[in-house]
Amino acid sequence: MSTEAPSRGQQDGLQGARAAGALAGTGRLFRFALLRDRLRIPLWALALGGLVGYFGAVLPLAYPDQAALQTRAAILKDPSGALLSGPGYGLENYTLGAMLANEVLGVLAVAAALMSIFLVVRHTRAEEESGRAELVRAGVVGRYAPLTAALGALLVANGAVAVILAAAMLGNGLAGADSLALAAGVAAVGLVFGAGAAVTSQLSQSARGATGLSGGALGLAYLLRGIGDAQRVGGSALSWLSPIGWSQQTRAFVDLRWWPLLPSVVLAALLCLAAYLLASRRDLGAGLLAARPGPSRASRALASPAGLVLRLERGSILSWCLGLFAFALLTGSMGQTIVESFEARPELAVVIGGTTGGDALRAALSAFLRYFAMAVAVHAVVTVNRLRREEDSGRTALLLAAGAGRARLLLHCLAVTLAADAVLLLAAGFGLGAGAASAVGPDAGNLALDVTAASLAYLPLVSCFAALAALAYGLRTGSWWVWLILIASLLIGLYGPILRLPETLLDAEPFGLVPSVPSVPLNGTPLVLIGLTALVLLAAAVPAFRRRDLSA
Amino acid sequence: MSPVIDVHKLSKNFGAVRALDELDLRLEAGEVHGFLGPNGAGKSTTIRVLLGAAKADSGTVRLFGEDPWAEAVRLHRRLSYVPGDVNLWPKITGGEAIDLLVSLRGGADNRRRSELLERFDLDPSRKARTYSKGNRQKVALVAALASDVELLVLDEPTSGLDPLMERVFQDCVREAKAAERTVLLSSHLLAEVETLCDRVTIIRQGRTVQSGALSELRHLARAAVSVVCGKDPSGVALLPGVHDIRRDGERLLFSVEDGALPAVLEHLLPLDIRSFTSTPPTLEELFVHQYSPDAQGARP
Ligand SMILES: Nc1ncnc2c1ncn2[C@@H]1O[C@H](COP(=O)(O)OP(=O)(O)OP(=O)(O)O)[C@@H](O)[C@H]1O
Ligand SMILES: [Mg+2]
Repeated sequence: MSTEAPSRGQQDGLQGARAAGALAGTGRLFRFALLRDRLRIPLWALALGGLVGYFGAVLPLAYPDQAALQTRAAILKDPSGALLSGPGYGLENYTLGAMLANEVLGVLAVAAALMSIFLVVRHTRAEEESGRAELVRAGVVGRYAPLTAALGALLVANGAVAVILAAAMLGNGLAGADSLALAAGVAAVGLVFGAGAAVTSQLSQSARGATGLSGGALGLAYLLRGIGDAQRVGGSALSWLSPIGWSQQTRAFVDLRWWPLLPSVVLAALLCLAAYLLASRRDLGAGLLAARPGPSRASRALASPAGLVLRLERGSILSWCLGLFAFALLTGSMGQTIVESFEARPELAVVIGGTTGGDALRAALSAFLRYFAMAVAVHAVVTVNRLRREEDSGRTALLLAAGAGRARLLLHCLAVTLAADAVLLLAAGFGLGAGAASAVGPDAGNLALDVTAASLAYLPLVSCFAALAALAYGLRTGSWWVWLILIASLLIGLYGPILRLPETLLDAEPFGLVPSVPSVPLNGTPLVLIGLTALVLLAAAVPAFRRRDLSA
Repeated sequence: MSPVIDVHKLSKNFGAVRALDELDLRLEAGEVHGFLGPNGAGKSTTIRVLLGAAKADSGTVRLFGEDPWAEAVRLHRRLSYVPGDVNLWPKITGGEAIDLLVSLRGGADNRRRSELLERFDLDPSRKARTYSKGNRQKVALVAALASDVELLVLDEPTSGLDPLMERVFQDCVREAKAAERTVLLSSHLLAEVETLCDRVTIIRQGRTVQSGALSELRHLARAAVSVVCGKDPSGVALLPGVHDIRRDGERLLFSVEDGALPAVLEHLLPLDIRSFTSTPPTLEELFVHQYSPDAQGARP
């Protein structure tokens, strides 16, 4: 970079940095990262291990004999069953282990990937965004040290997850090598997406952007394996495009093979290499996707708290919208396959649809719509929880001092959240309906319209979760209990049937309260009741927020 | 002896924004150097380049005679840095943060650490989330001053400190100077610069507009003159280098460029002077003068 020796500019990326000890300080930063995550890592590992331990204990009770197991296996042979679980191997003689490998591994892998994405972004891009990295790098700290320390913590976290998972499965009396393979498969997915987050952290200037890009990639990976598995029992070429698919293809507990984990290891290594290359060429704090200048005057729309929230959230809303729509479209386009399989084996319609004599495709679409509504509920809670960071950074105090009013601030945020979630629901519904309609062809009738309209039936429930998050924020308790309720609802909704939980519990689960439109006629009463609950929660949230101190 | 910091024609762009435009900066060993400029002038950007956190687009940058981008790690053993806006890890205590930062520089002696904690009146056992802005800044200051380094790079280090702490800080800088350390001090507090610095560099829009000893720089601004004469003195207005003539009762007020004072006195002497005061420019006036957009034309 000197004018006297211009050729130096070309080499001083990797080589110059290496010569000067680009890894200096890594050990110290690594220990510091573990100190910061001393609670998070064990909690993630124990939560995942606990989930598997619970499944391992309950499944034998739910499926006491081989006949019961085989009915479950039949569902997996169906494309719509495979879409949301796994490739479906060992179905001829279904066992508890095969059940975990086929149906639970995917969710565990997604959880490990999320843990890894959050961890890597937290220790790399978030540090740069906050300016702390500058303070740290002013010490004797090499250019690659923070990244290396984060990747070290990533290894530790996924190692902990693998160990606890394996222990939980061994504790359930499952085969040792297969348990290890399943645990390693989960950790491998975590490593791949953690390494991917290391790359997106180089690209995006903000932690949110980096997390969003990685999350999008994770969603795509899940979708690819879903469609691949739905196309053919045991998985097809598309399943092999996804790291989650690779881990599922170890066929643990049926026909164990280790080599499908190899591509994960290679991909993770390549992603790490890419992250290092990108890190060596950029300024601290800079991204490769440059920030553009914005308008110098606030538009009229920005002149209210709602306008501000909308402005801050619009990028995220847009990505969620596109993501959900794309997912829904692909899921819906599986419609024809689903119908064919139902025609071949009518007994399946009973299992998936719950209603006999109904239109099997509509039943499947209704079930899918419910899963998409769950994703929208997650968006609602995430968005309302952003208020916490706004407050901690002092920006909320700034708005309030400018006369925004606490009730107005909270209500505006909720209004924007719900408006966005209505759009997200419609996008998901339209994607599902349009995808199915185009797959089925002229018989579809007004399927697209029906599913789109039906999606709004979930808006009261989504509002309920948003209001719950608002209440937690108003009281300024942690948001963990909101997540607990939401995740419990999701798990019961997703896994209730496989666990054969009591019918009353399944019906009491929030998402089960919403009539499964459009396959059953819309019944307004539960929706009104859920909406009223949301209002009550909100009525409690506003005074709670008014009464307390601001954190900063 | 070669300069500690030697920056020559440094340019840096952020997309379309030209943050640094052929900037020059030079610090000799052992001096306390003020780095001044209006908001957005490029002070922090220059410091980021000096720390190897940002790469220069063109120009030469030498820190201890070496390239800070390529040799950052080795050079950082010899310097400490304090940013103006200190952000810490919310759940980590101030003491832990200090230990981390100090150990990343290769350790410090514990006596000095506890002495600084006491002088800055900082409770190291509190989580950073509960610190005020000034307290966060003290964490960075203690961490920086606790190490035995040759160069202190301080980017508005006192923007959150109260006057008492500001005084402690000034003592620390004086001690650093006595210990023959070099200090680069970017600041908007002119009184601080005036009491601490030997030399200053003033930049504007990414360019160096002035650099030199404070006493030299004073010559660049105008002295304020107030005079009462028996005979009408308004003829001075015609002299070169006289500006801003105003009348205040019988008093005549005007400002005079540095070289023009002898001619003014010569003109006034025969006019029966009753009172005459000439005030050298305050640092503040100097900077207002240098920062203002039309300063270019006023250069000698
Ligand atoms: N990462 C960045 N992206 C785009 N522009 C930047 C970036 N960092 C700095 N700038 C621009 O570069 C110029 C110099 O900024 P810098 O922070 O160095 O100013 P400064 O002299 O430290 O100002 P202050 O006194 O307010 O701290 C400004 O115009 C600023 O907007
Ligand atoms: Mg600055």
